[in-house]
Amino acid sequence: MKKIFGRPRSLRDVPTHYCSGCGHSLAHRLICEVIDELGIREDVIAVCPVGCAVIAYEYWDFDCSEAAHGRTPCVATGIKRVHPDKIVFSYQGDGDLAAIGTAEIIHTANRGENITVIFINNGVYGMTNGQMAPTTLVGQRTSTTPRGRDILRDGYPLKISELLAQLPGPRYVERVSVDTPANIVKTKAAIKKAFKNQINKKGFSLVEVLSPCPTYWGLSPKDACVRISEEMTKVFPLGVIKDT
Amino acid sequence: MAKIMMCGNEVIGEAAIHAGCTFYAGYPITPQNELPQYMSSRMTEAGGTFIQAESELAAINMIFGAAAAGARAMTSSSSPGISLKQEGISYLSACQLPAVIVNMMRGGPGLGNIAPSQADYFQATRGGGHGDYRTIVLAPSAVEEAWHLTHLAFDLADEYRNPVIILGDGILGQMMEPIEVVRKHLHGRVANHDSRKPWALTGCKGRKPNVIRSLYLGEGELEEFNRILQMKFNKIKSKEVRFEPVYTEDSDLVVVAYGTTSRIVRSAISKARHERLHVGMLRPITLWPFPEAELNKLAKKTKAFMVVEMSAGQMVDDVKLSVSGKRPIHFYGRAGGGIPTEEAVLDMIRDILRPKARNKVYI
Repeated sequence: MKKIFGRPRSLRDVPTHYCSGCGHSLAHRLICEVIDELGIREDVIAVCPVGCAVIAYEYWDFDCSEAAHGRTPCVATGIKRVHPDKIVFSYQGDGDLAAIGTAEIIHTANRGENITVIFINNGVYGMTNGQMAPTTLVGQRTSTTPRGRDILRDGYPLKISELLAQLPGPRYVERVSVDTPANIVKTKAAIKKAFKNQINKKGFSLVEVLSPCPTYWGLSPKDACVRISEEMTKVFPLGVIKDT
Repeated sequence: MAKIMMCGNEVIGEAAIHAGCTFYAGYPITPQNELPQYMSSRMTEAGGTFIQAESELAAINMIFGAAAAGARAMTSSSSPGISLKQEGISYLSACQLPAVIVNMMRGGPGLGNIAPSQADYFQATRGGGHGDYRTIVLAPSAVEEAWHLTHLAFDLADEYRNPVIILGDGILGQMMEPIEVVRKHLHGRVANHDSRKPWALTGCKGRKPNVIRSLYLGEGELEEFNRILQMKFNKIKSKEVRFEPVYTEDSDLVVVAYGTTSRIVRSAISKARHERLHVGMLRPITLWPFPEAELNKLAKKTKAFMVVEMSAGQMVDDVKLSVSGKRPIHFYGRAGGGIPTEEAVLDMIRDILRPKARNKVYI
């Protein structure tokens, strides 16, 4: 019998610490499948964020570095400039990329660094108890917006991918989601394209992945996926934002 | 052949490239601007990477990435910018990554001014960022010495896998001096150094994946890691202390001063010696590790110590710890960008060694 599905070589055979229904484990797997299919496991260097994915290096079977909170793209820049022929990607959450690391991601994108960024947007700080993130929706209850995000007090959800796509530096910016099997297939295709761009030295590519956080959304894994399609995509529409 | 004149900032840049540094990232701040400016052309010529970062935070973390990738990497700044780099320096030390950080100190606190200062001594020698760590701190007193200490900085960083700080000030950074050694090597071949770094991130071809990290969540793991770090710091303390003694053999008074201040003290001592005053100087070259044992030894021979700094009194604490109350310690400091004058130092030496002759209060 022919084996048609299995654990990617790049993904270690260990249990993860992620909550049930969390999008991180899905995103980790998709990245590993892409890396295997492109045959680049031995050339990949990943930069892991501060946030729920801080120990992604426990799950990925390739070279990895940690980075201080938000400085992930700077560390990736340093690595890529030293090894321009290696495949360098940063994996960042919404707090890391769109709050504390806003300056870093904008300038890395604007320099057109030839790296790949996988941006996981779940609208909360999962690691520290579910506080408001820059991408938290208006009205969304979090541990620091107990009555819901109030635009007068807390401002608006930050659409950082649209913001980055305005710059001349990035070549490819797409927003995808892991809420349905069809969208998971699209997410994998986007991740693959973002890695291929780097291999072909096209420049900066970023894939934003809308990702469920059942724990801090107070929903079942299934309802969390429904929330993505019914609420999150209204503010963060899926699709290619820039591709040049 | 005509002499070559270069300022300290430029010499450190040239020395870094000669020492095999292939990655520099920095952000403008006075009085270190000549260094990134120099690197912007020389580093590119030499085939390395120069990045003008969007902030000091970005620069130190680019250095982190380059060091993790196995390159010899350097950043530079001045006091307020170095405060911003402290997070990154803590991570560098925690991840055991070699890197060289240049601080051309200016007057503080806050935005302060752009005059020379030595007020970042505590920050440099106590780690500066969060957690139990130390950085090796080298303090050149002249432009030519900056050439040698820059090479040493890269070698020590690699040997101990720890950040090394070159601690200068606005005078050292911006003053031009004739440089013999640089002329011989200027734009020359990169000096030999052991570039093998089996721990570096290079892609896991033919080996298990490497991970650069400082997170230890398991029971007792972080305590054990700290024990290992401290063993390394103890080894550095026992092997890497460097200092220059000046007339310390027969001195009744030993002045302790480093960097630019040591040059002022050297002139004052030379004049004092003409007045038959038995005064000498101990010039720490490594501020961490500090020449504690040497000072403790001198405390048995000399009658008193005097510390001169361009600060309100920081290194004087280390002198006190080293001498452990065996001898009186006098202090003369100028904070906020003030520079001690040779006359004031000489006056104070006279007062200490001929106490009956004068009666004066120093601030």
